[in-house]
Amino acid sequence: MIAAPKPDLVTVNIDGVDLSVPKGTNVIEAAKLLHKDVPHYCYHPKLSVAGNCRMCMIEMGTPAFDPATKAPVIDPATGKQKINWIPRPQIGCGTTVSPGLHVKTSSPMVKDAREGVMEFLLINHPLDCPICDQAGECKLQEQATGYGRGYSRFIEEKNVKPKRTQLGPRVTLDDERCILCSRCVRFSKEIARDDVLGFVDRGSYSTLTCHPGKKLENNYSLNTVDICPVGALTSTDFRFKMRVWFLKQTHTLDIESSVGVNAVVWSREGTIYRLTPRRNDEVNDTWMADSGRILYKQVAATDRLTAVRLNGADTSLDIALNAAAALLKDGSVSIVGSGRASVEEQFLLKQLATPIGAQGHLVARTATGDKLLISADRNPNIRGALVTGLISQLPSAELKQLSREIDEGKIKTVVSHGEDLLAAGLTAAQLAKVAVIYIGTHANATSAAAQIVLPALHTYEKAGTFVNQQFRIQKFYAAVPGPQGATNDLVVLAKLVASTGASAPASEVHALWPSIAATVPALSSMLYKNIPDTGLLLDATAWAGLPFVEGESLHFKPAAVAAAEGARS
Amino acid sequence: MDFSLYFDLPLWFRLVLQGTIVILVLFPLAAACSMAERKISAWIQGRPGPNRTIPPFLAWIPGINIIRNLGLFQLAADGGKFTFKEDPVPGNVNKFYFILAPILSMIPALSTISFVPFGAYFTTLADGTKHLVPIMLARTDLGLLAVFAVSSLGVYSLILAGWASNSKYPFLGGVRASAQLISYELSMTLSILPVFLWVNAPGGEGTLSLFDVVQTQSQPGFLGGMWYIFLMPVSAFVFLVALFAETNRQPFDMPESESDLVGGFHTEYGAFKWSLFFVAEYAHMIVGSGIFCLLFLGGWNPLPWVSLGSFINLAAGVLPCVASPLFMGVIGITFFLLKVGFFIFFFMWVRWTLPRFRYDQVMNLGWKKLLPISIANLIFYAVAIAVKDLCFPNL
Amino acid sequence: MATITVERKPLSLLERTYIPNIVAGLTTTFKRMVKPTETLQYPEQRPAIPTGYRGVPTLVNDPHGREKCVSCQLCEFVCPPKAIRITPGEIANDDPNAHVEKRPKAFEIDMLRCIYCGLCQEVCPEEAIFLQNQYSMTGYTRAEMVNNKDRLYELGGTLPDQHYKWDKKKTAAEAASRGGHH
Repeated sequence: MIAAPKPDLVTVNIDGVDLSVPKGTNVIEAAKLLHKDVPHYCYHPKLSVAGNCRMCMIEMGTPAFDPATKAPVIDPATGKQKINWIPRPQIGCGTTVSPGLHVKTSSPMVKDAREGVMEFLLINHPLDCPICDQAGECKLQEQATGYGRGYSRFIEEKNVKPKRTQLGPRVTLDDERCILCSRCVRFSKEIARDDVLGFVDRGSYSTLTCHPGKKLENNYSLNTVDICPVGALTSTDFRFKMRVWFLKQTHTLDIESSVGVNAVVWSREGTIYRLTPRRNDEVNDTWMADSGRILYKQVAATDRLTAVRLNGADTSLDIALNAAAALLKDGSVSIVGSGRASVEEQFLLKQLATPIGAQGHLVARTATGDKLLISADRNPNIRGALVTGLISQLPSAELKQLSREIDEGKIKTVVSHGEDLLAAGLTAAQLAKVAVIYIGTHANATSAAAQIVLPALHTYEKAGTFVNQQFRIQKFYAAVPGPQGATNDLVVLAKLVASTGASAPASEVHALWPSIAATVPALSSMLYKNIPDTGLLLDATAWAGLPFVEGESLHFKPAAVAAAEGARS
Repeated sequence: MDFSLYFDLPLWFRLVLQGTIVILVLFPLAAACSMAERKISAWIQGRPGPNRTIPPFLAWIPGINIIRNLGLFQLAADGGKFTFKEDPVPGNVNKFYFILAPILSMIPALSTISFVPFGAYFTTLADGTKHLVPIMLARTDLGLLAVFAVSSLGVYSLILAGWASNSKYPFLGGVRASAQLISYELSMTLSILPVFLWVNAPGGEGTLSLFDVVQTQSQPGFLGGMWYIFLMPVSAFVFLVALFAETNRQPFDMPESESDLVGGFHTEYGAFKWSLFFVAEYAHMIVGSGIFCLLFLGGWNPLPWVSLGSFINLAAGVLPCVASPLFMGVIGITFFLLKVGFFIFFFMWVRWTLPRFRYDQVMNLGWKKLLPISIANLIFYAVAIAVKDLCFPNL
Repeated sequence: MATITVERKPLSLLERTYIPNIVAGLTTTFKRMVKPTETLQYPEQRPAIPTGYRGVPTLVNDPHGREKCVSCQLCEFVCPPKAIRITPGEIANDDPNAHVEKRPKAFEIDMLRCIYCGLCQEVCPEEAIFLQNQYSMTGYTRAEMVNNKDRLYELGGTLPDQHYKWDKKKTAAEAASRGGHH
C-alpha cells in the first residue's frame, strides 16, 4: 500500500475546542468529528451541497485583522486574537473551514434560528406520524424533539397535496410530507445519472414531480427513499408493512454481484422486511441497487428445500450424511462449489476435495455491469474460491471439463453446493450417469435429480465472509434463523470432511477461522472477529494475471485500467 | 308408654344399639361443627359464608334456599369430597403408623362419650318411688377419671401422625402437641378436684360419676341448687382455658400452627384421613363442652336452682305427657345440647377473635400461671370445705 | 438520626390477665357477627365500575363507524408484557376511508398476557384503544383468551367524541380538488 499524502490540515475552533480538519471539510462534518450534531435535512455527505433547508444554522466568526496593517487584532481583555462574529447565523453545510474559523453550534441565536426553521417546516407538514412509515427514523421527528414548539401557532388550513403519487414502480410519493430538501433530485442527477425528478410551482405550491413523460424507474430509485429525511418518498414494497422500531438490524452484504455492497437486513422475529444500504466509503458509499434489495424474498420463497432426501425419500440428516460419506469413499468425485457461497464454505469444500482427490469447479455468472454498484460478475464470491484454493482458474459459465469427464466415465459422484448443474451445461443424461449430492437452499432441476439432497441456509440466515472485486474480505451475520429442516452449510460440510477420515473441522464461523488462517496463505493471521465492518483488503498480487470480467464501477478500477492510468500519469 | 319390649332385648344388643346411635349422632354433629365454624367465621368477618351449593334436583322445592343459604348442602358436598377424593400417601412416610394415626385419633374422641350422661328420666321402681336414671352408655363410678384417661390418649395420634409423616413440619407439630397436651392436663385435672371434694361429702360413698356431679347441683336449697360455676368460678375458668388447650383450639393451636408449620402434624395428610383428624378435633370439643356443662353448668338442669325433676313436675301440671320417661329424656337432652351448643359457639367465637399464642407463651401460661392458680384453688377449697363440714355441717 | 426511647408503660395486673382485652375483642366480633354482611353476591350482583377503571382493552369506532385504529403499532411497542400483536394493512383505494390509508389487518390482544396497565390507551395517538368496564374475561382454551379484531370492536363499541380528524382532512382534500384552498 502506498501511504496517502497527508492532506492539508486546517485548524478551526468549534464551541471552544480547537480541531484540525482536512481542508475543504464543511462545518457539519467538522462538528461531527467532535461528536457535535448539527441538525440538517438537505445536506448529505455524498451529495452536492444545496443549502436550502436552513436547518444547519451555526454562528461563525473569523479572526480579526487590522485592515491597514494586516496585523492580528488582539483583544486586550483576553490577550488573544479578537474574533469578528458574523451577526447573522450561517448555514453549516455550505461553510467550508478556513484557518482560525470559530463556530458556535449551540448558541442561543443558533437555537432560535433552528426553532424558527422547524416551525415553518411543520406549518404544512401533516400529522401523519401514526400512519407514516418514516416514523421512528424521521429527521423531522428527531429535530422536533430538540427544536419543536410542542404546539402550533398556525390556525389556518394546512396545504392539501396528493397523498399517493406513484413516481415509479418502486417509489410512492406523499407530497404533503415533502419538505423540499431536494436530496432525491440531487441523487437522481448526480449519482443515478437519471435526471427525472424536479420541483414545479412556487412557494407553498412547490411540488416534487417527475419530468413530463418520465418516471423514477432507474435501478437506484429506492436510494431516494433512504435519503428522504421525512416520509415523503416511501418504498412501495415496504409501505405499511412494519414499523421500523420493531426491526432488528443485521449487517450483511449484497449478494447480487461481486461489488460487495454493504447492507443491513431489517427483520422481526425471523421475518425479513427490507434491505437497505450501509455506508462504506470504500465500496458503496451509502447506495445500493434496487435489484439487490428484493433478494431477501428468496429467504421466504416457497421453493425452499426443507427436507433431507435420500433417493427421493425423506430421511434424517445422519442417514443422508452416511450415504454421502459412502459415495465419497468410493472415489471418482468431482466438486462443484459456488461463487455465492462464503469463504468458509469454500474452504471446507477445498478440505473435502483434497483427501479424496476431487477437483473443484465453479460456475461463472456474468452480465453487463452498470458501472455503479452492479459489476459484470454476478457471483459475490468468486475470489473467495481463488483465495481458499478451491479453484485456480477463473470459472466459465459451463462445466465443460466435468461434462467431458462424466462422458468418459471418470466421475461417479458429483457434489454440488447450490449450483444447478443442468443450467451449467450438463445434460440430464449425464446427470443420470452419476450420483449427485446436492447441498442447497432452493429446489431446482438438479435437486430433483440428486440422490442426496441436504437443505442449507440462505446468506441472510448464516454468518460468513465474501471477497469482493477489490479483494476486500467483508463479513455478514445471520439475520434470521433458517427454516425447519435446513442445516447450516458449514455443519454439513464439516461432517462430510470428517467422514473422509480427516480430522473434523469446526462447523462454526468463529471456531473455523483459526484453521482457515493456518491453511490459507492470503488469510494468515486473520480472525473472523478481527475483520472490521468495512472489510479488509487482501494482497491480490497472486491473482493479478487472471482475466477478471469486472469493468469500472464506484470505488473500483480493474487492474488493467488502473495500470493504464498509472502509466499515463 | 311401655318400653318393656326394648328392655327384653339382650343386654349386649341394647349396648351395641345405643353405642351405634350415639356415634351416628356424634359423628355428623362433629362434621356439622365444621360448617358451623365456617358460617360463624364468615359472619364475624362480614361474609355470608358457604351459601351456594344445592343439588340441582332439589332446587325446585320452595323455601329450600334457606337450607342452601345455611350451607347444609355444602356440608354434604364436603363429606362426599372427603370420601371420594384421591387419598395420597407420601413416598417416604412410615405407612403403617401414617394410616394408623387418624384412626387412633377417632378412638378416644368417640369412646369418651361413653362416660358422658346426656340427660335423665324418672323410672318408677317396684316400691312405687320415683328414681332418676341417667341417659348414658356406661354408667360407671369411674366417670370423669375414665374420660381423662381415654381422652389423654388422643395425643398419641398427633405424635404418631407427626412422626410417621417423616417431614419436619409435622414432626415439630407433633412435638408441640405432646408438650402442650401434657402441660395442660395437669391444671385441668387439678382445677376440677374441688368439684369432687364438694360432691364427695365425708361419710358418703366416693364417686367420680358425672351423673352424681349433676345430681349434687340439683338439690333443693341455696347451695344445693347452685351450679358450680358460681361456687367455684376459678375452677371453671382454669378448666375452660385448659379445655381450649386440650382440644387444640385457638389461641392454643400449637399442633397445627398454620402460620409457621404449614399444617402442623397433618401437613402430609389429605382426603379422608385428614377429615378424621378434623372430626376428632370437633368430637373432642363436643365432649369437652359436655363435661364442662356437667361439671359447672348443672348438666341437663334448665336453670340454676331449677332442676330437671322439678321442671318436669311443674310442666306435667300443664301437660301430663311430659312426665313420661321418653319426653323427660328428650327434654333433658335438649337442655344439655343447648348448653353444649353454646359452648361450641363460644369455642368458635374465641377462635375467630383471638390470635394464636406463641409457643413459649403457651408453656408459660400453662406452667407458671394456670398450674399455681389451680393448686392454690385446690388448697383454698380443701380448707373451705373442711371448715364448712366442721363448722356448718347443716348448711 | 436521633433515637427517641419511648418508655413502655408497665401493664396493670388486670391487663396482664388479658381478660379485659379478650372480652373487648369478643364484644367486637360479636357485634360484627350480628351486622349484615358486606359481601357482594357476584354473578347476580355486579360492582359499580368507577370512572377511570382499567378493564379489558378494546378498540373503538368513531360515531361515523370508522375504525379509529390506524395500526401505528405504538401500543404493540409500549405493551410491557407484549400482549398486543398487530398486522398492519393498507386501506384499498375504493374504500370510503381510503384517505386514512392504513388500518389493522389483524389486531390481537392476548388476555393471558395483558396486565391491564393501560399504557396502550395512554400511548394511542388516535384514541382508538380504551380499557373499558369489562373486567370478567374467561375462556376454556388459550385461543379463546386471545381477542381478535372483530371481538375487540364488539367489546369496544363507539367512542362518542366529535374530533373527526380524518374526516376533516378528507373534506379539505375534496375542497382542494374542487379548486378551493390548495
